[in-house]
Amino acid sequence: MGDSTQTSSLGTEGLKHEKSRRNWPNEANIFLALILIVVIFEALGQLLPYMNGQSFLFDTRDRFDTIFNEARLQIIILQVAIIGIIALGVTQVIILGGIDLSSGSVVGATAMIVMSFAQTELVNGNPNPKAVFGEWAFDLPVIVPLIVGLLFGAFIGLINGSFIAYFGIPPFIATLGMFLTARGIAQWWTRGQPVSFPTDDFAWIGSGMMPVVWFVLLAILFHLVLRYTVYGKHTYAIGSNEDAARMSGINIKRHKVMVYTIAGMLAAFAAIVLSAKNLTAQTGMGQIYELYAIAMAVIGGVSLTGGRGSIIGTVIGAMIFGVIQSGFTYLRLDAFYQLMALGGIIVGAVVLDQWRQRRAASKA
Amino acid sequence: MSDIILETKDLTKHYGGVHALEGADFQLHRHEHVAIMGDNGAGKSTFVRQITAVEQRTRGTIIFDGQEVNFTGPIEAREAGIETVFQTLALADDLDVPDNLFLGREKRLFNLGPFSILDYRGMRQATEEGLRRTAVKIPNLNNAIRNMSGGQRQCVAIARTATFHSKLTIMDEPTAALGVQETAQVENIIRNLKEQGEPLILISHNMRQVFDLVDRIVVFRRGRIVANLKVDETDGQDVVAYITGAKTGEEYAGAA
Repeated sequence: MGDSTQTSSLGTEGLKHEKSRRNWPNEANIFLALILIVVIFEALGQLLPYMNGQSFLFDTRDRFDTIFNEARLQIIILQVAIIGIIALGVTQVIILGGIDLSSGSVVGATAMIVMSFAQTELVNGNPNPKAVFGEWAFDLPVIVPLIVGLLFGAFIGLINGSFIAYFGIPPFIATLGMFLTARGIAQWWTRGQPVSFPTDDFAWIGSGMMPVVWFVLLAILFHLVLRYTVYGKHTYAIGSNEDAARMSGINIKRHKVMVYTIAGMLAAFAAIVLSAKNLTAQTGMGQIYELYAIAMAVIGGVSLTGGRGSIIGTVIGAMIFGVIQSGFTYLRLDAFYQLMALGGIIVGAVVLDQWRQRRAASKA
Repeated sequence: MSDIILETKDLTKHYGGVHALEGADFQLHRHEHVAIMGDNGAGKSTFVRQITAVEQRTRGTIIFDGQEVNFTGPIEAREAGIETVFQTLALADDLDVPDNLFLGREKRLFNLGPFSILDYRGMRQATEEGLRRTAVKIPNLNNAIRNMSGGQRQCVAIARTATFHSKLTIMDEPTAALGVQETAQVENIIRNLKEQGEPLILISHNMRQVFDLVDRIVVFRRGRIVANLKVDETDGQDVVAYITGAKTGEEYAGAA
């Protein structure tokens, strides 16, 4: 409060400050949308005759200690956690003014490579039937596949970023190329064979609710990084006005490479969690995850023109994504309706955002 | 300390075969406001771009604050104390006022390289101080630049100079895109800089504004300086004659 009085004491002198233009955070709108969607599902559950009064959100059969249907909430958040981790990186890339189409393929390639370094020697007393390397690669400490995976993700991101920053390739093209290349790497790695049977330590990374733990921890970390560090400020600045950022002395090329590298590492970490959760890696893993991750960010209010958005928004966007998936299952509607609705919601989110921007601009 | 804050000798810039700037000898005293005038393509902006090292000169010497300088880029020039308000506003629309003022030179609480923690409070205080010094009035510092009028944006750009205690301010047509009221506001800020003895180079096409605000007018034509006129010894007609080439200053007889 003290701050705002101090500012207004500077006076306006003809350039009026409209109170109505006070910043109502966009995240609040998205959160309201999330609540609205939950309410709609809850209402449909009560209204549709075949639902027998089942509740979407609440524990109606006294299965849990709380009033909520914990099982459903857990599934919702578990479903979105892994793609959510990718979305944390994609959010930064989009705020920067770029796009990353390669993250889903990076998940596939990283999962294959990581799992090869995480295999256990004996499966139920028999030799591992899916062994990729020889004796030396069995039962390695869990840090080895972790580092290998993150380095691979960083390497892919470094290539993406370098082509974009130093060769001036449009992000769409550079990452579209990587989208194909990384999927190729995934298939080439074992000539299409799945890689399975990780060590217990590795499996722990994806066990139970661990994916959610990673997602939440990383979301908090990158929220703080974007909000309170020079890295975050420059990411917004470049996405907002690249020329201004350049004239202000920001090393734009280096910064772009850094953002894509971090996005690559987050995609790789998602691959680690996913393969640890599934206890196997397959060449098709992570397909269309890149688009889901972009969708989460966009639903969460991240502007595709760059400069606007936040990690909090993306996390809420991910929750909306999960609620819709879970809600359609709850209403026993087939998956194709779900896809149709998701498509509509993504476009609708952008339309709403643009309408909001225009309204803000016309007030200015 | 010399009385001259900026001096250029034989400053020249060729773009391939185009001689955009040819042998510019220029001096600016401390506490002096000088306007640079001239037709489009006369070399005004080129001249400024050499001083601020946005471009590298073909030849010539720049002496700033008593020392010969060879800035490799605009950041070095700015760090040395030359602050430029560009014709195209160099502001990030989605950031607020302190963020924009400190863009590229953020105050840091802890230095962790790119992940250094921002000192929001410090930047805000310095911004308020800078705005006070320039008498720039901005109602809400936390408002994104996107929601501000053209005049307010220009004021933010100008407030940079005051916030960083620069030694020389260069403004490239600061009011070209502004309305009457906003122009008056920017001009007030410029007068304020004058009172505080901050040297200024002002590029402007606005004759009334120039005669109102500066001590001296330097006219460029076809890449050369053709006149150096004290405001109280000349008039608009005279300046126009130099700009259009009807007249050339005696000491520059060979130039045109």
